[in-house]
Amino acid sequence: MTAHALTLGRVLRFTVLSIGALIFLAPYIFMISTAGKAQSEIFSSSLSLIPEQWSYLENFGKALSRVSMTTLLMNGVIVCALIFVVQVVVAIPCAYAMAKLKFRAARLMMVLVMLGLLVPIHATALPLYVAFDRLAVLNSYTALVAPFSISVFAIFLFLQFFRAIPDDLIHAARLDGMSEVGIVARVIVPNAWPAITAFAIFSVVAHWNDLFWPLVVVTNQDFATPPLGLLYFRAAEAGDDYGALMAATLIITLPLVAVFLLAQKRFVEGITMTGLKG
Amino acid sequence: MSILSLRSVTKSFAGNAILKGVSLEAKEGEFIALVGPSGCGKSTLLRIVAGLDHADSGEIAIGGRNVSAVAAADRNIAMVFQSYALYPHLTAGQNIAVPLAMRRLTAAQRLPVIGSLIPGQRQIRADIQRQVKDMASSLKIDHLLDRKPGQMSGGQRQRVALARAMVRHPSVFLMDEPLSNLDANLRVHARGEIVELHRRAGVPTLYVTHDQSEALSMADRVAVMIGGTLLQLASPEAIYDNPAHIEVARFLGQPRINVLKTRMNASGIVRFGTLTLAAERVPAGETPVLIAVRPEFIRLSARPDGILKARVERTEFLGSEVIVHARLDAMGEIVAKVAPAEAATLAPGRPVSVEIEPNRVMLFATTGERLQAKTIAAASTLEKIHG
Repeated sequence: MTAHALTLGRVLRFTVLSIGALIFLAPYIFMISTAGKAQSEIFSSSLSLIPEQWSYLENFGKALSRVSMTTLLMNGVIVCALIFVVQVVVAIPCAYAMAKLKFRAARLMMVLVMLGLLVPIHATALPLYVAFDRLAVLNSYTALVAPFSISVFAIFLFLQFFRAIPDDLIHAARLDGMSEVGIVARVIVPNAWPAITAFAIFSVVAHWNDLFWPLVVVTNQDFATPPLGLLYFRAAEAGDDYGALMAATLIITLPLVAVFLLAQKRFVEGITMTGLKG
Repeated sequence: MSILSLRSVTKSFAGNAILKGVSLEAKEGEFIALVGPSGCGKSTLLRIVAGLDHADSGEIAIGGRNVSAVAAADRNIAMVFQSYALYPHLTAGQNIAVPLAMRRLTAAQRLPVIGSLIPGQRQIRADIQRQVKDMASSLKIDHLLDRKPGQMSGGQRQRVALARAMVRHPSVFLMDEPLSNLDANLRVHARGEIVELHRRAGVPTLYVTHDQSEALSMADRVAVMIGGTLLQLASPEAIYDNPAHIEVARFLGQPRINVLKTRMNASGIVRFGTLTLAAERVPAGETPVLIAVRPEFIRLSARPDGILKARVERTEFLGSEVIVHARLDAMGEIVAKVAPAEAATLAPGRPVSVEIEPNRVMLFATTGERLQAKTIAAASTLEKIHG
């Protein structure tokens, strides 16, 4: 790395970027600060970022003891992992077929995928709820996972990526004696990691933070996902104890922040991917 | 017995006929180059032979067995692709091992962890490793086995692709322009190597190229395909000296063959300059015909008193020879290949007389078919003057 001269342009760019980052991070920073304040200080008229009295231990203690934080986090991990795995297992063969195999319904499927992208979960929520009720699967992991098992977004993302994989590579695999399933498992997937990682972040963030669907199908605390748990926490336990609430929120958002920071490089690669070189 | 035979294979895409009934037979150990301009259908034909694409009609047989309905993997065909198509996530060694592993290990034995617990698997894997090593050393790529394709040069990748194709001893070997991504020097070197490998392995090879010098220098027989039709299949010498179709004559040879329009009278006699040709088959009446002569059989002399007169337009110096473009009065351009010493007298703008080697003139119908003809008289310019 060479040291860059601090030109006027660079200073200006840094300033703009820093201000932007600060605006976006402000709520999160404020949350971290509130999580360390005592009840009296939160409602005092003065506004300060650094707590006068450090009450982190107290607030985190309340957050961990009043609700079963481990159950919430565990549910979040199970639901997100199940959704992600099922989505990938369904979407990769589907996208492979649409990108590389010739069949009559390919165009129709493309249209359906595009249509699927346009329909939000809120539109199908009610029929799904009724169906799950009839099947008596409300308050279960099935109800939390099933509606998201086919992700048209995943199909679309992988489709774009697979199109860039050279046909010759697949032809070579066929001549080498691989079946279509073999090609997906041995050639496509090992070369699609950037796309899979990028999709993993989209999927996990969306479903970890999702409040709408768990709120619809879960009433039993044992199946509550983290955002739903927070809601219960606020309504039943904490009341207006914002310090504890913010501490709980911090605990819940921390795994996502950590995962994103770890996968950041891959994530950017996946979004800006330009295909493979044979 | 023919190892590979194609019988009237046709293929069309969206109503466009790409292959219009191609038939071809390859004998044991034969190297056939399939050559033609881009878009003539040669790569499509290769993909059909490989089983990666299906013919609309026609039959493909390998070793006497009709494989038209057999999947690519079960035809025992190996192919080298233009882009090499190496698996980017595997090392060179793993790439070469793939076709062997797919054939020798069962699906269960190939599984990542469970596979290693199945008895017999270790023995087979060791055997595969040994074969990969042997193959690599015969292609001199031992030192590359642990590298991934992204870390290799074009020439190295091409060798790995060759090794992957040859390692399982296929019954037919297909190559789709394997040298076109190499630089010029390496290409000439690689030509020799592929011919040598082919001789050692003795596997019949179908080699697609658009480069005529590759086709002529490497192949036992050259198949010229133009516009979805296989116009001629013959030895390089025969196809160059004795083309069956005007398009074949035009496609092969650098610079291109000279084609001049003239007429044949009702008794099958064609007079052109100092030459008189007699066609074997007499036409119904006077017909227009094409006369073709390769540039190396045209002599230009600085004397302006010949029967065929021309004017030099420009010259191209190529080192060992000089290409002279001249304009024949009222008949169009004529190109001659001359020795540099002779070319000194042929400055642009000079009038010259054109002489054609009498036995090297070919006659074609305007539809393109070859008309067999004999030169029955060839009065040289000199005789004309002095006699």
